[in-house]
Amino acid sequence: MPSHPRDGPALQPPGLGPEPPVASAQALIDVHQLQAWYGRRRVLHGIDFRVAAGEIRVIMGGSGSGKSTLLRHLIGLQRPASGTVKLFGTDLGTASERELLAVRKRIGVSFQGGALLTSLSVGENVALPLREHTRLDESTIRIMSRLKLEVVNLGGFQDLMPGQLSGGMVKRAALARAIVMDPRLLFFDEPSAGLDPVVAAELDELILRLRDALRMTIVVVTHELESAFKIADTITVLDQGEILMTGAVEAVRAAPNTRIQDLLNRRPREVQVDAETYLRRLTEEEG
Amino acid sequence: MTNHANTVETEQCAGHVLVRLGGEVDLSWSQDVRRAVLAALQGGLPVGVDLAAVDYIDSSGIAALVEGLQGARSRGVAFALIAVSAQVRAVLELARLDRVFTLAATTDEAFAGP
Repeated sequence: MPSHPRDGPALQPPGLGPEPPVASAQALIDVHQLQAWYGRRRVLHGIDFRVAAGEIRVIMGGSGSGKSTLLRHLIGLQRPASGTVKLFGTDLGTASERELLAVRKRIGVSFQGGALLTSLSVGENVALPLREHTRLDESTIRIMSRLKLEVVNLGGFQDLMPGQLSGGMVKRAALARAIVMDPRLLFFDEPSAGLDPVVAAELDELILRLRDALRMTIVVVTHELESAFKIADTITVLDQGEILMTGAVEAVRAAPNTRIQDLLNRRPREVQVDAETYLRRLTEEEG
Repeated sequence: MTNHANTVETEQCAGHVLVRLGGEVDLSWSQDVRRAVLAALQGGLPVGVDLAAVDYIDSSGIAALVEGLQGARSRGVAFALIAVSAQVRAVLELARLDRVFTLAATTDEAFAGP
């Protein structure tokens, strides 16, 4: 597993357990006892989560498992209600705006829906981070952004508007924008969702090549099992706001945990009914 | 992994110019590399960029090399990348630029006559 010298040494994929044995000092991402609440509903229950340099970590879980909330904390869109989230050693909960900006320059985020600006062309969308965060020569910006479009197989599409792209093309354009600054850390939300199998497989390959060529550390949030098993060094399985396990692909496949096997085998969960809680939920007044 | 200092040196050789790069070519100083590569083209001689001591290159560094290649072509002179490391080659391959640049092990190989 390659790593960038500034990120510290890469570690071997961790084994079975609630959390891999990555020392905090070596982790690019270090989350400790993270809790998140939506109103009175707790959606993350004291998450511990560490990712080493050069690793591809997949966060897997069903709807409502808390994986999107965890991602929002990792990219600094949501501050922790309690617990800490550190990227590159910077605590996002206490960091100044300047420190947060420095972290943001080192990360790339590819959102599930693409989040392209509809008033800008594809090329302008991809070049936007370079124009905002660097003072590079305009010709360098043009070449860099077109290079990234080539990398995602959208070479020559720079003049199209986002509305003229298919869903798969939007996703690839968003990835081009996310990687245009060659971030040390890339977050990818549901890369395969809604894509045909061939395009999904191409994106999986691309994620692996980005890690190997540009030494990126990559965190992928997905519920697509095939993609997760193909790209992951390590998988973290979330369920109902808790980490069920973090481990290598084979360890997750073989995990005896019923909830993990339900997820892997697409078995519907049996809803537990506590009569008193259920009744209170139905009848409690708002506020 | 050997870590080299960030350096760019230009050497006038017999019949060509050699730009030697070292270290991690990234956003923080790739504009220096760009300037050195474009300056090397000014004499109208073939230009080689020696990448043997490059530990890491990002796409801003690759962009400088692309601009150099384009400048060389418009002047009708040869432009080659010398002693490309595995990491640099992987980045070139990522963008399929390994099919665009002349890659050579040595300057002799790059600029040898027919």
